[in-house]
Amino acid sequence: MSAWKSIAKEAFTQTCLVAKFLGFLHLTNNYLFSPTLVYGPSMLPTLNLTGDVLLVEHVSHRIQKVGPGDVVLVRSPLDPTKMVTKRIVGMEGDQINFLPDPSITDICRTIMVPKGHIWIQGDNMHASCDSRHYGPVPYGLVQGKLFFRVWPPSGFGSFDQ
Amino acid sequence: MGSGSLLWNLTKKYLTAGVIGLTITDRFASIVPVRGGSMSPTFNPRTNTGLGSLDDRVLIEKFCLAKYKFSHGDVVVFRSPSDHKQKLIKRIIGLPGDWIGTPQNDVIKIPEGHCWVEGDNPVSSMDSRTFGPIPLGLVHGRATTIVWPPQRICQVEKRIPRDRVSPSA
Repeated sequence: MSAWKSIAKEAFTQTCLVAKFLGFLHLTNNYLFSPTLVYGPSMLPTLNLTGDVLLVEHVSHRIQKVGPGDVVLVRSPLDPTKMVTKRIVGMEGDQINFLPDPSITDICRTIMVPKGHIWIQGDNMHASCDSRHYGPVPYGLVQGKLFFRVWPPSGFGSFDQ
Repeated sequence: MGSGSLLWNLTKKYLTAGVIGLTITDRFASIVPVRGGSMSPTFNPRTNTGLGSLDDRVLIEKFCLAKYKFSHGDVVVFRSPSDHKQKLIKRIIGLPGDWIGTPQNDVIKIPEGHCWVEGDNPVSSMDSRTFGPIPLGLVHGRATTIVWPPQRICQVEKRIPRDRVSPSA
């Protein structure tokens, strides 16, 4: 009887330990910072084509300290399971001039960003699907701000805006 | 010395419990109060009494966020597209590819990755009729059960209004 008791106690302690670990992992990953792999042509030349590992912090978008020029991680409005990395160009109320498709025409269009939305664009305007295609995105889709580059080693260090 | 370490142990215990609680509410399920009458009669059927304590508490499950798979008639919680601090609870009427009639007497196609949400109470509801289709990425969970007050405990059933949506072929 007492053997069972000690086994149950041991199991409970171990479960508590695992739960604690997972809890702190979740806290760090979702509220402080997390690593992310970014690849694709849309942010050339800031980010490489083949894949950079960067740290994303999740604090400043909660206290609304992101602004134009910041590179942010956004849940894609076209596919909610995907994340995209883009640069904020305008906040709510800003007037944005943009080229809808630079490879065909150079006619400029102007739009005002509505309340609670942001305007995001990739640095490589020729190969980026961004606000020029799907319009301003709600601020609620912002997941974090890129702040530190881990890989490649040549770019190691604070991520310069 | 003795009381100091006791206090430290207590703080540690509360902190750990808080972290685990946060993980559970973020990942698995949480309980939120519903304010206002925009979802009446499903939630808060007697909203005009003016008593805040009669707000329904609803269980929100988050497993649907793994794949973002929703079906017509689901009641979801999402961040308002015009104010990211505000959370709204509404019913999904249309999913990507559906054709839907707007109050301006247009018929629009819901874009990829978006959905059309409406409250059950058409007279006082701030929903897609005001701000258009919303990205599915704003959705934070699906309401499954009313858990409080006790006399109202029941499942939240799916309700699909007829003649509003024509699904994509």
